Amino acid sequence: MLPTERLRRLEPARAQPEPRAAPSLPVDDDPGACSVPRGGHWRPGARWARSDRAAGDRAAVAAGAAALPLHQQPTMRELGRRSEAAEHPFKGRAHAPLAAPAAPLPIAPAAAPLILAAPVGNRQLIAAACPAALALGLAPGMAVTQARALVPGLDIRPADPAADRAVLDRLALHAVRHWTPTAAVSGDDGIWLDLTGVAHLHGGEERFCRRVIGLCRRLRLTARIAVAGTPGAAHALARFGGQPVVRIAGGKEAQALSPLPLASLRVPPDILSAASRFGLERVGDLLPMPRGPLARRLGLPALRRLDQALGRVAEPIVPVVPEEVPVATLRLLEPIGTAEAIEQVIRDLLALLVEQLREGGAGARALVLALERVDGSEQRLPIGTSRATRDAAHLARLFHLRIERIDPGSGIETMRLAATRTEPLGATALGTTLAGDDGPADLSTLVDQLAGRAGAEALFTVGAVESDVPERATARHGPLDAPPGWPAWTRPVRLLRRPEPLSNVLALLPDQPPRRFTWRGQAHAVVAGDGPERIHGEWWRRDGEVWAVRDYFRVEDDSGARFWLFRRGDGVDAATGDLSWYMHGMFG
Amino acid sequence: MSAVAGSHPEILSRLRESVADLCLRQAQAVPFGVAGIDGRLADGGLDGAALHEIAPAAPSLNDEAAATLFAAGIVARLAVAAGSRVLWVASRFDLYAPGLEQAGLPPGRVIFAEGRDDREVLALMEDGLRHAGLAAVIGEVRRADMTASRRLQLAADAGKTPALLARRWRRQGTCPLSELSAATTRWRIACAPSAPLPAPGVGRARWAVELVRQRGGNPFSLTVEACDDTGCLALPADAAHRAAAAVGAGARAA
Repeated sequence: MLPTERLRRLEPARAQPEPRAAPSLPVDDDPGACSVPRGGHWRPGARWARSDRAAGDRAAVAAGAAALPLHQQPTMRELGRRSEAAEHPFKGRAHAPLAAPAAPLPIAPAAAPLILAAPVGNRQLIAAACPAALALGLAPGMAVTQARALVPGLDIRPADPAADRAVLDRLALHAVRHWTPTAAVSGDDGIWLDLTGVAHLHGGEERFCRRVIGLCRRLRLTARIAVAGTPGAAHALARFGGQPVVRIAGGKEAQALSPLPLASLRVPPDILSAASRFGLERVGDLLPMPRGPLARRLGLPALRRLDQALGRVAEPIVPVVPEEVPVATLRLLEPIGTAEAIEQVIRDLLALLVEQLREGGAGARALVLALERVDGSEQRLPIGTSRATRDAAHLARLFHLRIERIDPGSGIETMRLAATRTEPLGATALGTTLAGDDGPADLSTLVDQLAGRAGAEALFTVGAVESDVPERATARHGPLDAPPGWPAWTRPVRLLRRPEPLSNVLALLPDQPPRRFTWRGQAHAVVAGDGPERIHGEWWRRDGEVWAVRDYFRVEDDSGARFWLFRRGDGVDAATGDLSWYMHGMFG
Repeated sequence: MSAVAGSHPEILSRLRESVADLCLRQAQAVPFGVAGIDGRLADGGLDGAALHEIAPAAPSLNDEAAATLFAAGIVARLAVAAGSRVLWVASRFDLYAPGLEQAGLPPGRVIFAEGRDDREVLALMEDGLRHAGLAAVIGEVRRADMTASRRLQLAADAGKTPALLARRWRRQGTCPLSELSAATTRWRIACAPSAPLPAPGVGRARWAVELVRQRGGNPFSLTVEACDDTGCLALPADAAHRAAAAVGAGARAA
């Protein structure tokens, strides 16, 4: 079930409106205060005409109506009080809001049955099926074509065992970090947790199981848990136990396992078929049989699995080991406070850390230096690098820029350096350098150094954005990126932050550059001009830009200054702009 | 030359060293590719390990844009020649990168850095120069005194990287080039009217380029056509025909 649930997790919760129950209006059976009952016959003393019952009913209906939300409350007419004038159905109604308010609660998607297809030889077989598909009779191992014929509208997707495995790995890592030191992935869909000695930390086994199930529910996964004395028994009970939580006491494995099918013992299918030929269906069938003949008939592996499940043979769990953060720590004999001493200790720490990084084949992307002072307070000094590195000299230079930020107080007695973020980094080839033919120098060290001085966001490259509007055509990228360039339309080298309005503009409509204009209080007489380059507004961004047009002109005045101006509007259609002129940039 | 005179072989070796240094400087000089400029520069081009100052002739945005493009053209040719990147440091980033690309500086060739003030801009420039992996370093500053320019000059020499200091006007009436500086060359750039075209339109931009000071050479001024999309300048067609006369005029103007 894990693969299908993993896919369901990826897709956003489809907000389908829940079929809402229609407000239950009181049936207009009650004559109420009407003087003439149904049918027109008058029979004093009839049960329905008794005032106490009618009053009680009416009160109940009124109370029920008042309990409904305001918009669902029935009108007077629906309540049967016909003496009131009925409202006109289309009069005075507010218009429906354009966008419906977002559904407050995620509603479980009522999606099509989902199966995952995996190629086996030349055929596509079902690798996994969601509960809805299982309920329809589709089972893993069935041919996809057959499933498609059986169930129309089936959601068929390719299976991705690697991604499923990654989810399990992450879960196992979480377990190792938070629940128990011994946890491992079991099979394709399970995790083994060794609860020995840790259950009391989580408030007992039962509470722990509840918490794990709760966590999986929040992750939108369905979990089944079995707690048993042996891994084999837990494996079998979790998959074949039929309940979300199964807990059995130690030594009761044989009793708990005997009703389960033989497949729960993790034996290969050929042994299963052999056992079925001998009429052995359940685990309980194996228990009274003598071991010698059983081993001869089913083979030793089956016997070993049985022994493992019953605890006769040990089955250790090989735990997942979380990768550790490389840390170097130096405790100083005497507290230090001078910049030179701190720098020396940083160099020693870096030498230790770089050795660890080299052994692990990793390079540091982020380092944190923690300094513990004599008074017990701790100061942290983080640095980052733009590429993975284990160059001690380079890292020392980065720390050197920050040493002045250290406040040693009355002295530093412990310094700890941790590589909080690492990336794989292999050995560097020196071949080209030895041949005397250096390629372009590595700029990442420079980028780190400059970022240490001015901040990481102060370094950037500027690349193209797919927009014709000049202000929107640029975006900042990382300093070592090589973003794409722009189309070859003539553009100025300096752009004003905001276009500045021009006054006293004299220009021929619709498509001539201005003859003269005044900008920042100075009049310019234009001697030459190019244009217009028409740029339309981006209607998908704002309503105001649907019809907007800018006509850009490149003009040169009599002193040789070259400007980039634009006029709002195309000069023909008034909806495109008000024909005002703006200065936008300077050509050299 | 040191004041202490030694024996004959010592003097000879010292002379040889200085001649070798001169040859090296000429070898690492970056020519403009325009005979009218290169012929009048002492090293036959801009010194590739020294500081050069470029200032607009007037405190107008147009002259600033012209000075920026002049500098951009130089570093664009340097970046292509070195196959490396250029560091462009500014305290107020108002450059428009598409315009720079049209001077030969595509986005993959420039790293921009934004300093908080002039002091930080100068510090960033110095770091970039000493790294020696860049094709060139440009900084835009308003204030740079003798000490700052001397530091930049030393850093450029240490990193063998050309440094360009694009000066901006600080206040009306005081040219930034009136301050003392250790720069090897100091340029003043202004917009000039372009040659009228036979049809309506704007011709190729022209600049009035003035070399205010250079070490080991004479100042000169001339009008050039603005850099094209590879950063190359050109002489106006009419001036190219009168190259000999222009030299004389330049010498007089100096």
